[in-house]
Amino acid sequence: MNTLAAPAAAAPDAGAAPRSMHPATTKAPWVRAVLIAAALAFLTLFLFVPLVTVFFEAFKKGWDVYLAAITEPDARSAILLTLIAAGISVPMNLAFGISAAWAIAKFDFRGKNVLLTLIDLPFSVSPVIAGLIYVLVFGLQGWLGPWLQAHDLKIIFAVPGIVLATVFVTFPFVARELIPLMQAQGQEQEEAARVLGASGWQMFWRVTLPNVKWALLYGVILCNARAMGEFGAVSVVSGHIRGQTNTMPLHIEILYNEYQFAAAFAVASLLALLALVTLGLKYVVEQRVKHQKRSVGGRAE
Amino acid sequence: MLLSRTLLKRHSVLPGFDLALGFALLYISLIVLVPLSAAFLKTFAMSWPAFWDAVSSPRVVASYRLTFGASLAAALLNAFFGLVVAWVLVRYDFPFKRLVDALVDLPFALPTAVAGIALTAIYAENGWIGQWLPFKVSFTPLGVFVALVFIGLPFVVRTVQPVLEDVNRELEEAAATLGASRWQTFTKVILPIVLPALLTGFALAFARALGEYGSVIFIAGNMPMVSEITPLLIITKLEQYDVAGATAIAVVLLLISFALLLLINSLQTWARKRQGGV
Repeated sequence: MNTLAAPAAAAPDAGAAPRSMHPATTKAPWVRAVLIAAALAFLTLFLFVPLVTVFFEAFKKGWDVYLAAITEPDARSAILLTLIAAGISVPMNLAFGISAAWAIAKFDFRGKNVLLTLIDLPFSVSPVIAGLIYVLVFGLQGWLGPWLQAHDLKIIFAVPGIVLATVFVTFPFVARELIPLMQAQGQEQEEAARVLGASGWQMFWRVTLPNVKWALLYGVILCNARAMGEFGAVSVVSGHIRGQTNTMPLHIEILYNEYQFAAAFAVASLLALLALVTLGLKYVVEQRVKHQKRSVGGRAE
Repeated sequence: MLLSRTLLKRHSVLPGFDLALGFALLYISLIVLVPLSAAFLKTFAMSWPAFWDAVSSPRVVASYRLTFGASLAAALLNAFFGLVVAWVLVRYDFPFKRLVDALVDLPFALPTAVAGIALTAIYAENGWIGQWLPFKVSFTPLGVFVALVFIGLPFVVRTVQPVLEDVNRELEEAAATLGASRWQTFTKVILPIVLPALLTGFALAFARALGEYGSVIFIAGNMPMVSEITPLLIITKLEQYDVAGATAIAVVLLLISFALLLLINSLQTWARKRQGGV
């Protein structure tokens, strides 16, 4: 495509010609300006202003109010519960993601496409329904409700229910990142390791895992962000008991409904900060994954 | 051993198939399939008239109308601006482009409750944007639309962007040398290439909007018959101990979501074929 652009660049009045490499496929400057302005205006209205608002409202009443809002006992227990829920559900989904990706990417078996569709299923289920189905299984009127009550076990309106709901909504993240990359990498390296006498676990730790570490990290980051921020599903199963079953998003809702706006936004700003860190890490890891995919693609050709 | 003997299409020297698939199947059954089937079994236990009453009372129908209408409108706006944003990010240079590109994913990373209270504050009557508007946004159906635009924003951008990056510039140059105007090239050459991705992004944004709860309930005002979305109605019924009624509505939403999932899958297959052909 450079052959077409070259004559234009070499023309005598090159200074007056458009500086683009692609004169034939470039629009008038005003079209470009209008499109950029439209895109930025749209993003400003719906993205940037909301993001700035969170921090602005959080610090509106000063540092003291901010610090008090995020260190009072109810806020602290909400932060702790959020960390616990993410701390359990992320490793669980990590283990699932690795096993599902190993089976799907490295073997050819019947029903693979069904399994792939099932993995995506939780993304298409409303968070509210994700909470509801656990109420139907573990709730007082649910399948296991009477048995649980007889044994004095509590899942709904308690921490286990919150963890389960979080596991459901964050279910696909790790698997979805791993499967395409591991499929692209093929089986040769693992087969070579086996032929050279490595045991199954040696092969896994020394060959498979290092090959997918960036995609794995990427999946974990996304999974964690969603786990810490989940609202709808957790809201259904939590019971909203202050200091006991409130996660950070639920704590924000309570503060907001009590018109404690500065405090609500203060706790929200912590989650917004987490989102920004997530995006930053995502950007770094994405570059690595792109690089890795390119080298895998290059080898395949 | 059983899994590898019955399911595996050809023998492999790699180990761990039984363990990996066995664990994955057990996990997916316990976490996803069994609880989801609970919703359907609960509904099958209802009589047909009771089910029909639960899913077609006027208040429920009003919530469908709002949920579908607002989701559709939000997905359409996102389809248009998503294409513009993807185009601008792929084709033009401007200051802070990388930052803008990274921030497009914000709705994926920002918890919905945080987005909800921020949007409510901005679009309230005395908010940063709300005070300049001649009509009310927060606490009206329009607020539902605003929240759903935020939630669906990244989908179209992220599905169209990679396809646009792969568009062969030679095709556009060929169109230009054959006398096509820039607008003709766009509608006759570029748009057909990105159309499958655009439709996929639209469907993803629409599907996500249908089930959205967290960001909407803060800004909607939640007035029955006016600004009450279907997911909220499920929670309301649940809080009134009408578990069967809540589940019936949930099953209707689930069936629609599954239909959309199938549609999205076939759209993606189409998109892959298209992309391979170009």
